[in-house]
Amino acid sequence: MPELEFKARLLEPDDIRRAVSRIAHEIVERNKGAHDLAVVGVHTRGIPLADRIAARISELEGISVPSGKLDITLYRDDLSEVGLQPLVRRTEVPFDVASRRIVMVDDVFYTGRTARAGLDALIDLGRPANIQLAVLVDRGHRELPIRADYVGKNIPTSKSEVIKVKLLETDGEDAVELWEVRA
Amino acid sequence: MRIKIKNARVSPNSEARDVYVNNGLIEGFNLDGTFDLEIDASNFLLSPALIDPHAHLREPGQEVKEDLQSGLSAAVAGGFGTVVCMPNTKPVIDDPEILRSLIAKAEKLGLARLLPSAALTRGQEGKLLADAAALKAAGAVMLTDDGRTNEDAGVLRRGLEYAHALGLVVSVHAEDASLRGDGVMNEGEVSERLGLPGNPAAAEAARIARDLEICAVTGARLHIQHLSTARGLQLVRDAKTRGVNVTCEVGPHHLTLTDSKLETFDALYKVAPPLRLQSDCDALLAGLVDGTVDCIGTDHAPHTKAEKEQDLLEAPFGIANIELAFPLLYTHFVATGKLSLEKLLELMTTGGAKVLGIGEPKLEAGMPADLVLLDLNTKKIVDPASFKTKANFGSPWAGQELTGWAAKTIVRGQVVFDASSS
Amino acid sequence: MKHLLDFQDWDRTSLEGMLETTQIMAEVLDRPVKKVPALQGFTVCTAFFENSTRTRLSFELAARRMSADVLTFTASTSSTTKGESLKDTLETLEQMKIDLFVIRHSASGAAHLASRWTDARIINAGDGRRAHPTQALLDAYTLKQHFGKLEGLEIAIVGDVKHSRVARSNADLLVKLGAKVRLCGPATLLPKELEQPGVRVTTNLQEALEGANAVMALRLQLERMSTGYIPSLPEYQQTYQVNFKNLKHAAPDAIIMHPGPMNRDVELEGNLADSSRSVILKQVENGLPVRMAVLYHLLVGKK
Repeated sequence: MPELEFKARLLEPDDIRRAVSRIAHEIVERNKGAHDLAVVGVHTRGIPLADRIAARISELEGISVPSGKLDITLYRDDLSEVGLQPLVRRTEVPFDVASRRIVMVDDVFYTGRTARAGLDALIDLGRPANIQLAVLVDRGHRELPIRADYVGKNIPTSKSEVIKVKLLETDGEDAVELWEVRA
Repeated sequence: MRIKIKNARVSPNSEARDVYVNNGLIEGFNLDGTFDLEIDASNFLLSPALIDPHAHLREPGQEVKEDLQSGLSAAVAGGFGTVVCMPNTKPVIDDPEILRSLIAKAEKLGLARLLPSAALTRGQEGKLLADAAALKAAGAVMLTDDGRTNEDAGVLRRGLEYAHALGLVVSVHAEDASLRGDGVMNEGEVSERLGLPGNPAAAEAARIARDLEICAVTGARLHIQHLSTARGLQLVRDAKTRGVNVTCEVGPHHLTLTDSKLETFDALYKVAPPLRLQSDCDALLAGLVDGTVDCIGTDHAPHTKAEKEQDLLEAPFGIANIELAFPLLYTHFVATGKLSLEKLLELMTTGGAKVLGIGEPKLEAGMPADLVLLDLNTKKIVDPASFKTKANFGSPWAGQELTGWAAKTIVRGQVVFDASSS
Repeated sequence: MKHLLDFQDWDRTSLEGMLETTQIMAEVLDRPVKKVPALQGFTVCTAFFENSTRTRLSFELAARRMSADVLTFTASTSSTTKGESLKDTLETLEQMKIDLFVIRHSASGAAHLASRWTDARIINAGDGRRAHPTQALLDAYTLKQHFGKLEGLEIAIVGDVKHSRVARSNADLLVKLGAKVRLCGPATLLPKELEQPGVRVTTNLQEALEGANAVMALRLQLERMSTGYIPSLPEYQQTYQVNFKNLKHAAPDAIIMHPGPMNRDVELEGNLADSSRSVILKQVENGLPVRMAVLYHLLVGKK
């Protein structure tokens, strides 16, 4: 693993709370409510984000929005290349995706390859009415023609930089940090 | 050709003498006069050349595994001056013509002396006796169906009686075929864990017990080949105490390897009888020390690389070891103080000669000049690629550091192996 | 781990990880699209030198469910019958850029030898009497699925233990995962040397079944009569058949297993095999996700 150097703290807990809330509002607005809507988080940090967004939408709309967990490992396009074996985790989508509007949630939007894998994984679960993409941070550098529907914060980065998203549920605190790979 | 072997010692502490060799014989000691070749033996030990009563040289018919040229080259590289080859060839050596042609060919090669054994029964089929008198007249020194087992006790009995009248020893591969079954390794904890068909120690012991009874009743000379078990050895020990006319041999592999080697699934370790337990190795060593074991027989049994690179069910039995026999036993047992040098040399020279009933080699004037200079100091790593045998693709002992390598081997007064030039 | 030859070099953690991945693969197989692209770009060759269509098909379907390319080599349609050795065959096949060989062979140790002769990964799909690790894994998975855990379970394996790679692999694996194993069969077919911590060996069926949580009956090759291992079929059925009658000695909720193919009413009472106590069909079903998990674990991250 390359050594990382801390550069800056980009988002505080309140920033993250507001970003999640704004994404939830935008989802409701764009979908004209929360009917037939479901949220699916991509392992690992997409999951708590999806839960938070689902909870906020439920609050706003007064109806329960289901939330699922998606592991995209078996859909990665680099498994014949990787040197270290990624751990396969469970996909738990406790609702029928067919004909639903699905919001796929991830923490960082970068090359677009994870989102592509996520789309394939979701479609293999059934045939959703549509799939939308929500991300907490968009750091640019897309390698595939994919864009996000909801973005918490756009953060232009260089390729040598690393965005670390920390969430209470997985890391004990809410924060977004910028790190750089040491040359 | 007159050779002067300068500063020769017959044991590490004995007085150094100059040994003169002339016309194929030992001429005498500390003589004068000119010589054609002088060998400085200061760093070596002089011994009569080693005698192997049991080797498979594969000729005729299986020259792809070994032939007289390669097998006898390997023998002299191992310090052997005399080798008894086994008759389980293709065709079987049960015909005086084959014997005569083998002996003639070996004479021409001028390496180690070849003393062929011949089949006890026609085609080694264990049914009809081979023409033993004609075979003896053609040069056979031993009758054996080795490679096979003698399942018909009545045939063995008559073979022993017939051979005894001719003054020939009969040697047996003592394993009960029905107890051995399809066993490819020693039956025990390792074979059961590995799921490989086992060959129980009882297969050897039961057959030795039977053959000792037959030997006793006939009074004939029976030689038991390649003892591998403590129990088999004890049966021979008891029989000898009773005065039964039996001798036995042990091979280097049964003294230095155990069945745990089969955990590699490498067919290099597939041998008949199989590698046993450490307790068997220890018992066999005790048999060397106390004289129950008469001689070392290598059971040198080369096969091709392709044959040995098969799975353990398919691969043939046998280890190529004639070049390593003395260094192995010297390093494992003499250098560690478990066996005296004198005893090891006796087991590898006079021991075999007594079994065969041929003249015992002595370092005396007038005796054949079959000699070996053993280097007891230089350490060398076993490298199969340097073997003279055709089975030079691998060895159970590859990578081991051994001492006791033959420096020079002299047969019929000629230097037939010289480590410094080979 | 590079190869799955047996369980000797596998630790409990990685084996438990394998069972967890199996569960995920089983979930994949429950979806409308029962296939993932994970092993795209990998080539798997099933090289069967001993016939076993069921096992071979299970491996091939597992590889296809993972999107690997699959090559099939079976000895009956091949050059081994013309004298080509295992080594020659593997070396030839490897030229086709095989990433993983699934090998079935009648000789114990064949898979080990193969792992020395090629750079490809090796899965042992059964070598002689020695090991059949994916069968043991699917048995362990089936047990875990049923009981929720393996720790503390008592498993009786009954029949021709001597010639059984399934018995050996199960004893190795189940003990590693915290279960206890009793091996039972006629004395001629029960090597006492297999006794080790966690594994008890007994010729007494009632003793083997006493309180067992699961009973696995092993296939009895009918040739064992002609080779003199057992006197007769009726005598075997009388003493070692697993049936409703002797299952009373086992735990009240004990399940019945069989690695297949079964000699109905020989080693196992047919009605019992068909009953609700039996998880035999579950075992067959679980073969697929187990093999998918093993393929994932051996192939991904190999570069």
